[in-house]
Amino acid sequence: MATDQALLEIHNLSVQFPTRRGVVEAARAINLQVQPGEVLGLVGESGAGKSTIGNAIIDLLEHPGRVTEGSILFQGEELRGLDDDAMRKVRGDRIGMIFQDPQTSLNPLLRIGEQLIETIRKSLPVSDKEAHSRAVDLLEAVGIDQAEVRLKSYPHQFSGGMRQRVVIALALAGEPDLIIADEPTTALDVSIQAQILDLIRHLCKTRNLGVIIVTHDIGVIANIADRVAVMYRGEVVETGPVAQIVGAPQHDYTISLIAAVPPADRKLERFNSVDYIDGDNLDHSARRIDVGTHWLGEQSHSKSPDGAAVSVENLKLSFVLERALFKRNRKMLQAVDDVTFSIADGETFGLVGESGSGKSTVARLIVGLYKPQAGRIRVMGQEVELHKQDEQSLLARRALQMIFQDPYSSLNGRLKVLDIVAEPIRFFKMAGSEKQVRSIVKDLLDHVGLGAAAAMRYPHEFSGGQRQRISIARALASRPRILICDEPTSALDVSIQAQILNLLKDLQQELGLTMLFISHDLPVIRQMCDRVAVMRNGAICEIAQTELLFNAPSHEYTRHLLDLMPRMDLLDRHYQ
Amino acid sequence: MCLSILAFDWEGSSISTNPAGSVVKPRGFFSRLIDNDIAWSFFHSPAAMIAAFITLVCVMATMLAPWIAPFNPFDPSQISLWDGKLPPVWVEGGQPQYLLGTDNQGRDMLSTILYGGRLSILVGLAAVCLGMVLGVLLGVISGYFGGAVDAVIMRIADIQLTIPGILLAILINGIGRTLLPLELREDFAIYVVIFAIGLTDWPQFARVTRGATLVESQKEYVQAARVIGLPRWLIIMRHILPNVMRPVLVIATIGLALAIISEATLSFLGQGIPPTTPSLGTLIRVGNEYLFSGLWWITLFPAAALVILVFAVNLLGDWMRDALNPKLR
Amino acid sequence: MLSYIFRRLAQSVLVMAAVSLISFSLFNFVGDPVNNMVGQEATREDRVRIRQDLGLDDPIFTQYVRFMGNALNGDFGLSYRIKRPVSTLIKERLPATLELVFVSAVIALVVGIAAGVYTGIRRNGWLSKTILSTSLVGVSLPTFIIGIALIYLFAVTLRWLPSSGRAGVVELGWWKTSFLTVDGWRSIILPAITLSLFQLTMILRLVRAEMLEVMQADYIKFARARGLSERAINFVHALKNTLVPVITIIGLNIGGLIAFSVITETVFQWPGTGLMFIQAVDFADVPIMAAYLCFVALIFVIVNLIVDLLYVFIDPRIRLGGQ
Repeated sequence: MATDQALLEIHNLSVQFPTRRGVVEAARAINLQVQPGEVLGLVGESGAGKSTIGNAIIDLLEHPGRVTEGSILFQGEELRGLDDDAMRKVRGDRIGMIFQDPQTSLNPLLRIGEQLIETIRKSLPVSDKEAHSRAVDLLEAVGIDQAEVRLKSYPHQFSGGMRQRVVIALALAGEPDLIIADEPTTALDVSIQAQILDLIRHLCKTRNLGVIIVTHDIGVIANIADRVAVMYRGEVVETGPVAQIVGAPQHDYTISLIAAVPPADRKLERFNSVDYIDGDNLDHSARRIDVGTHWLGEQSHSKSPDGAAVSVENLKLSFVLERALFKRNRKMLQAVDDVTFSIADGETFGLVGESGSGKSTVARLIVGLYKPQAGRIRVMGQEVELHKQDEQSLLARRALQMIFQDPYSSLNGRLKVLDIVAEPIRFFKMAGSEKQVRSIVKDLLDHVGLGAAAAMRYPHEFSGGQRQRISIARALASRPRILICDEPTSALDVSIQAQILNLLKDLQQELGLTMLFISHDLPVIRQMCDRVAVMRNGAICEIAQTELLFNAPSHEYTRHLLDLMPRMDLLDRHYQ
Repeated sequence: MCLSILAFDWEGSSISTNPAGSVVKPRGFFSRLIDNDIAWSFFHSPAAMIAAFITLVCVMATMLAPWIAPFNPFDPSQISLWDGKLPPVWVEGGQPQYLLGTDNQGRDMLSTILYGGRLSILVGLAAVCLGMVLGVLLGVISGYFGGAVDAVIMRIADIQLTIPGILLAILINGIGRTLLPLELREDFAIYVVIFAIGLTDWPQFARVTRGATLVESQKEYVQAARVIGLPRWLIIMRHILPNVMRPVLVIATIGLALAIISEATLSFLGQGIPPTTPSLGTLIRVGNEYLFSGLWWITLFPAAALVILVFAVNLLGDWMRDALNPKLR
Repeated sequence: MLSYIFRRLAQSVLVMAAVSLISFSLFNFVGDPVNNMVGQEATREDRVRIRQDLGLDDPIFTQYVRFMGNALNGDFGLSYRIKRPVSTLIKERLPATLELVFVSAVIALVVGIAAGVYTGIRRNGWLSKTILSTSLVGVSLPTFIIGIALIYLFAVTLRWLPSSGRAGVVELGWWKTSFLTVDGWRSIILPAITLSLFQLTMILRLVRAEMLEVMQADYIKFARARGLSERAINFVHALKNTLVPVITIIGLNIGGLIAFSVITETVFQWPGTGLMFIQAVDFADVPIMAAYLCFVALIFVIVNLIVDLLYVFIDPRIRLGGQ
């Protein structure tokens, strides 16, 4: 620990949000310290109160939040209770802030240069000309080429990663001593994420800045932080050096949290049951399905003759990006470019790639949400055109069901859970009576770990993980043979993710489902899949058995992705 | 071009996260109603409650006009020209049976206002319903199917919006009347007005519905329904329509206020409801001729009634827009 | 950017073509043009001759092309009622309407935007709340009631201003203006206020709503986090972004001013095109109705074309295209 006073010292800080349902304590009795030249990781799941602390430090709490107790000492000075003008001199000049989404953090109508110079001149007593040259220096420092020219550009002319660099330059403009970065890489792709983290760490070390990184991602923490504070329900449950927190956590919550992170280097049979986190932690194994007698086992689909549940050949689809008068000026995006693969019956096949690689589009082509411009799709050996509404496509479609990414938009909020899950059963008339429909729905809800009583409630009464279970129940209600999971856990907290992945694994084994599992998250793919295809720019780079792909990737891009994968084993640390 | 005043983000409805895995009890309709965020906002907004109260009083009073009005202004036996142009009771010369005075023909002002208000509200409601049904239908079709259908419907809406609403209403109304045989014009005037205003209104509804439909149909629950294999009409009816109705209701409330104003304006211009069965606008038109001779009450009371009614409805619509759009609070 | 401008132009042409088609169909829908032109006593031969003269026996398409050709030359034929060329009638009355709309637009824009920005920034001040409540009364007041009230107050009771008509007109060539005399200003002020009030409140509420919306944006939060002054945030960052949607609405609202000038001109007996239109509707005077329709659509299209071009200057995303 440092000998003299810390850069930032937070004592016993509490933040409350009065709401109509009572006062919510977003942060309770928080104690934190940051030294110059140190990266403090503040990690926690959604609702843990980690962003609240960042906002409380610079007095930008969302209405109606307020600090009710404690002190915030910055370079020995109490920040709590400063008036607006004094606080304004702290913001930007002494404490810089970086937000999550670079797409919305910059004013779209002002040039980068204008925004930089305005910020520099606000903080430092320099002339316009000097501010200009400082702006050039800043852009160069954050790794933007041709800084002089780029000053004249507008935000929309930068890519996402470049924009986040501009945001960092803006945060540095007033030469602050502390940077608070609130989920600075969450909106970015893996490869760009690594660059931005490198940049932040580099700036921290070269300029002797204190940095607080607020994130939900243990991988990010492992790669960048010196020390970590773990938050749970508004409290800091454990603080310590990163090696200790990740390698030998002490507190029960931290232990469960670390255990829930899918390891990148080996495949687990199941995730450890996470007992600290009170979630829907119902043990599924108690309610195993006997396929021979259960409703879900009543087969309505014939086996595929060639053993392939789904096969696609030479799929192609392009979107128009920018319309133009003349065809040659039109900008097209080749979303899916000549994709061919086949999934064996009972196999879990992974599709992995960065955003925009076309992996979700492939899924939507297979279930018939998009119409392919070329190529063939076979389901259970039969060639189908799923976008059609005729008898045969409907039958084939029933064999395919999909689980979507966003649990908040994948359920119709106006319908009861009963009606949501019962929809396919009623539509395909798979049950004799309404009474039977209800009992099937309740049974399904029980199997996904929600309990039958959930049927009479509405989706908004459930949490993200619970909603994803409802989605799974709805997908099962069609008695599918093939389940397509499009990033089913990427919107969920890591502990909930572990539960959902366990559930999917169990269901697959019991029902002998074929699964197409789509994710950008390599460790998750490793846990779930038998074979994996790597996609980039709409095309498949490589298809291989999962273990082979992870241990001996043959394509250059796969190697690149594997290199960038955040690792929990600290040996990989770039700066040690 | 977006009418941003009408453009909402319909995301962000509050998500309550129950402690997971707890025993879940189904809740009744009533307890959900009380617990509802919108209901809560309503009972905590004095303006909204006052507006709802005034609207309710206006609607009740006018709808019950045949029973509560002191006179029937359409019954010639109850009207005497000798009682014409009498001022309100509290003014010198006023007579106790005519609380708000009488008009030029000797009709009781209070009664004519109640009957006129009834006509104004009914015409407004009917016109808004017509515009809403037409607009929502076309909007949903446009938003869900996209492509050429969408292009055609929205271009028609665009072109119609080139001609400002009231002008179009005057025009449609004028043409409608010309097309009718002379002897039917008076009897059918009301329907022509409803038709004219409703036909003017639909693009607003269509645009808002289309926008909301575009947002909703991108959502995964609609895609899930498509993956199940539900036919399009079922997806529209069961999934999309219920989810786009919120913004439509706001537009409808504000639209009701506008429709009442439009009807009054048409009638004031002498293009709308004839003086034989006067609406509020017609009453003001008639009264305006006597304003210069000092008979202020013939104009003032119907005008005040109109403004209070429209104000209350607007206040309600304003609150609804804020309550349903949590971002602006 | 060029393709953006071209698209807008094409759209404008399409709109005008559609409106002209509607105008043209008025001639065929609303009554028999021949009946409208000749009296009851005209002989059958007269009627046949007039039909041929007017080309009413030609195919519809030929008639439409002829109508378009004439319309492009500003020729909408003779008024059924006054028997004078419609173009002359409109030309005579155009200055009155345009001057009225111009003054109203200035009032509505200046006061509306200023009050909107003020209430958007000081959103909890008492003055903001007062302005806001008043504005809701404003949108609830039908234009004709405002007109009647102003006349009653300033013309009948106080006798400060004339109650109707257009006095103190000075001729500048064919353009008759009321801007050059005190009497002219005295007679335009009441109708202009009447006409502007509704649009003023609309603009006010809209600017405020947009301002509040923009204030929620991430870049405003980021600007706060950099310690920029409230002044810079309000006037540099928020106002410019507020303007983008607002100018669209202003385009629409100027169209609204023209429409409501029909009512204002009726209340104040202002000798403009709106009053002429209302009288034409009363008598089913189709040539005037058709010409007025085209005229209103043309103004609307031009205003919106200007708005679209303004976008190019304000919004770099349109000017410079994608990445």
